[in-house]
Amino acid sequence: MQPLPKWADATLVPLLSILIAFAISGVVILAIGKDPVEATKVMVTGALGSTYGWGYTLYYATSFTFTGLAVAVAFHAGLFNIGGEGQATLGGLGVALVLLHMAWPHWSLALLAAMAGAMAFGAAWALLPAWLQARRGSHIVITTIMFNFIAAALLNYILVNVLRPTGQMDPATARFAADLALPKLHEMLGWLGIPFARRTPANLGLVVALAAAVLVWGLLWHTRLGFQLRAFGKSEPAARYAGISPVRVTLYAMLISGALAGLMAVNTVMGEQQRLVMNAAGGAGFIGIAVALMGRSHPLGVVLAALLFGFLYQGGAEMAIWMQIPRELIVVIQALVILFTGALDNMVRMPVAWAFRLLRGGR
Amino acid sequence: MTLLQKILGAAAACALSAGAALANPGLVIDMGGKFDKSFNEAAWNGAERWKRETGGSYRDIEMQDEAQREQFVRRMAEAGSNPIVVLGFQNMATLEVVAPDYPETTFALIDGVVDLPNVRSIIFAEHEGSYLVGMLAALASKTGTVGFVGGMDVPLIRKFACGYAQGVKAVNPDARIIANFTGSTPAAWNDPVRGGEIAKSQISQGADVVYAAAGGTGIGVLQAAADAGVYSIGVDSNQNHLHPGSVLTSMLKRVDNATYEVFMAGPAVETGIVVMGLANGGVDYALDEHNAALISAEMQAAVDAAKAEIIAGTRMVHDYMSDDTCPALTF
Repeated sequence: MQPLPKWADATLVPLLSILIAFAISGVVILAIGKDPVEATKVMVTGALGSTYGWGYTLYYATSFTFTGLAVAVAFHAGLFNIGGEGQATLGGLGVALVLLHMAWPHWSLALLAAMAGAMAFGAAWALLPAWLQARRGSHIVITTIMFNFIAAALLNYILVNVLRPTGQMDPATARFAADLALPKLHEMLGWLGIPFARRTPANLGLVVALAAAVLVWGLLWHTRLGFQLRAFGKSEPAARYAGISPVRVTLYAMLISGALAGLMAVNTVMGEQQRLVMNAAGGAGFIGIAVALMGRSHPLGVVLAALLFGFLYQGGAEMAIWMQIPRELIVVIQALVILFTGALDNMVRMPVAWAFRLLRGGR
Repeated sequence: MTLLQKILGAAAACALSAGAALANPGLVIDMGGKFDKSFNEAAWNGAERWKRETGGSYRDIEMQDEAQREQFVRRMAEAGSNPIVVLGFQNMATLEVVAPDYPETTFALIDGVVDLPNVRSIIFAEHEGSYLVGMLAALASKTGTVGFVGGMDVPLIRKFACGYAQGVKAVNPDARIIANFTGSTPAAWNDPVRGGEIAKSQISQGADVVYAAAGGTGIGVLQAAADAGVYSIGVDSNQNHLHPGSVLTSMLKRVDNATYEVFMAGPAVETGIVVMGLANGGVDYALDEHNAALISAEMQAAVDAAKAEIIAGTRMVHDYMSDDTCPALTF
């Protein structure tokens, strides 16, 4: 059987999957007695119809880009990193420690330090599962899942007992100094003279995420380490035969993956919340898996898939506000998209391949 | 400028339609979800009661993400809801930022204090109610060992545990209190299976009364106690009816009343700090036909005497939140 043309594999299959997911979602919305056309309208205008909507969509997309890239890098080395959630949680701790315990003259310096802190903590949280996988053969899926829970427990302990100001009910750190806030998107665009809605959480983290995507692309396809990662992911025996050390590759892949997941905290903790709260990662680590799957583990694909999930998040929120659709249903719609783009890929791919064969045969 | 104009236009349209809707109240539900059998559901019940009695309508919304806190409260205000009840101490930081931008809207925050002219801060004296059920636990216990199952290990739940421990020690200074928490993620508020396992473990260590302050997780705790033939204590809503004869009592936290009162009073509701304690029925222990046989006349007399003393200010119950320490229990 001839493979699909590259463009069809990269765009047609995901697009069809999304359309099917939305069609089924429409049926579900109809079943609970709401108007699916109206719902789609609310979703699209709410997420993309104003700069206000874009501000939220881009904010979510930024977080998902970081975690999606994290999962993608590990994927290329044949490793399934499900620990993005925990690594992002620890990244938040790194950011908070850097910003709370040191005085910074300017936000730009603080940003560099916070990025370093986030990457160091995220990578450190991925180190142990990576080492266990490389040296002891403990499966990385199991260990990274378990490390998510350990991260949640650790953060809980640290927030309640160490970082929480005395007498504060909320298990969260104190606020960071106000002058360390990252510029918001509306300020950045304001410098260019483009008007943009205020009070949206989109911030400089967006630029960091895009830069990270470019760097990951360069790393994977234009460096020796990237080649080793991909070779190792394609075939471990072949890579071993070529003199690539499995231990080294596994460790590097997971350290980079963990650092990318940790970087997410720059967007959420430093860019938006301005303090470290419990559950700061908010499930973005898991969304990252779907984003990487859908983006075919390519940085550009990851950015686009992150944008789609950002749209689903913000559009879903608008739908919940204006149409009183219960949030469980929003989750169902998001799950349908993940199901069709990730798990049921072949269901779309095979008929498409068949259609292409027919077209070619007819010619 | 066209985009900006569009936004301004949309905002103006929102404001106009809001005026036409004549200010319906709104309810912002935090991330635990509406039907948690506990805190959030109590607030929803209060809102539903208002709806039934007045025939009015209200808008409610459930959050899913940290970034939605500000977004949803702002959206609710822009949609013209007034007053807006916001649930959960996590939203103190939200209202500190949002409330000043909507001076015409009255907000009511449950479980936290925000010092702003248009915010009604409603806090509950959970330690006082927990103290009373702690006394009942010690009076009912034969082994001298009682249990406490919390949801997450957060300051609010420590406040429950600390009040409970003080009540237990007030009756029996030698009593042993086993306190455990269900988990470290928000799933801990809705994990009845794990709650049941923890209760069984406490029962095997000799506990014969177990107090659950863990939202939906408590259902499993009460079930495990009923299965083992020991006593349990419910929380927030009156849960006595779940296992008559096994649920010793429930620590009532009238979030429903707090919500109902705000909805009833409308936008003109009084702002400032409102403490819902024993004195005004904000917290209490539950006594009804399901547990009447379990609470003897002596027990009731002892607890009611303590209640009167707490209200009169002659008996002090230490509030964990005041200094992050607990004289009767170490965490």
